[in-house]
Amino acid sequence: MNPDVTILYDSIRWEEKALLEAGKKKNINIQMVDCKKLALDLEKKPEDYGVVIQRCVSYYRNLHSTAALEGLGVKVINCLNTGVFAGNKLFTHMLLKKIGVPTPDATVAFSKDAAIEALETQGYPKVIKPTVGSWGRLISKLNDKDSAEGIIESRETMYPIYQVHYLEEFVKRPPRDIRAIMVGEKIVAAIYRNSEHWKTNMALGGTAEPCKVTQEMEEMCIKAKNAVQGDIVGVDLMESEEKGLVIHEVNNTTEYKNTVRVCEVDIPALMLDYALKVEK
Amino acid sequence: MSKCEECDADISIPRDALEGEIVTCLECGASFELAKGSDGFDLKPAQTVGEDWGQ
Repeated sequence: MNPDVTILYDSIRWEEKALLEAGKKKNINIQMVDCKKLALDLEKKPEDYGVVIQRCVSYYRNLHSTAALEGLGVKVINCLNTGVFAGNKLFTHMLLKKIGVPTPDATVAFSKDAAIEALETQGYPKVIKPTVGSWGRLISKLNDKDSAEGIIESRETMYPIYQVHYLEEFVKRPPRDIRAIMVGEKIVAAIYRNSEHWKTNMALGGTAEPCKVTQEMEEMCIKAKNAVQGDIVGVDLMESEEKGLVIHEVNNTTEYKNTVRVCEVDIPALMLDYALKVEK
Repeated sequence: MSKCEECDADISIPRDALEGEIVTCLECGASFELAKGSDGFDLKPAQTVGEDWGQ
């Protein structure tokens, strides 16, 4: 039997297994495909995948498998453009600015000297982020010139993407941020991610609690999702003391384990319903 | 039941386990990927954070 939905993964975590379980409950024919075992002949009509829900954690594997499948005519959620736009904090920033969605101020510098000069002009603290990356990796707070020089110098020896210095304002906010899970045009659940550390990533030990969705939040998230051409995304917001809600990230392959746990919303089932709806 | 390669604790494999699924040792926290073996699943050390991994 041809699959209704293919879950394309490179690691089976709680999220991927929950999608499979939700499919069984709904009598949806789910095919699990390990991207690490996938070879696609780009010159041939592909086999029937149904609609593909892209769940690869490897950024490059995710992006390239989406490009190949989409190019072969397969519907992939999220699409290639979302992978490109949401996968890069600078690209997302520019798209959010273009449509007027509040986002933290940022500067991009293309060498250590240019970055230090910008920091000395604008002042500290600032947050340096890799334009591509996740889970808080290599995100550092630059408190002064000494720390900035040390951190930026270490990046000058890394892969070129880390030599694009994306410098974001350090947003004054409560010790938390918000993760809103969007399925289509709706926030289906949102959580506060609490942490005494200035990084609130759940991967770094933050704790979750339900967050009430406001109309303002939903309107901002819909705009952000559409800016990156997403279908199912996780939008990260901060409550800036100066600007109110700001969106600092849109996640292309969002995790939702903690959101399901604390909000008791069946996000995997909603994702499948949405995937089947958009395929038709 | 399998043994953790790191600390030798017992690791239970879920009944509905899937090849490629990540299981974690409750004793030491080491993560393993389930790989098909001759008799059920074998545990192989899981790559937990690749340089380009994320969401």
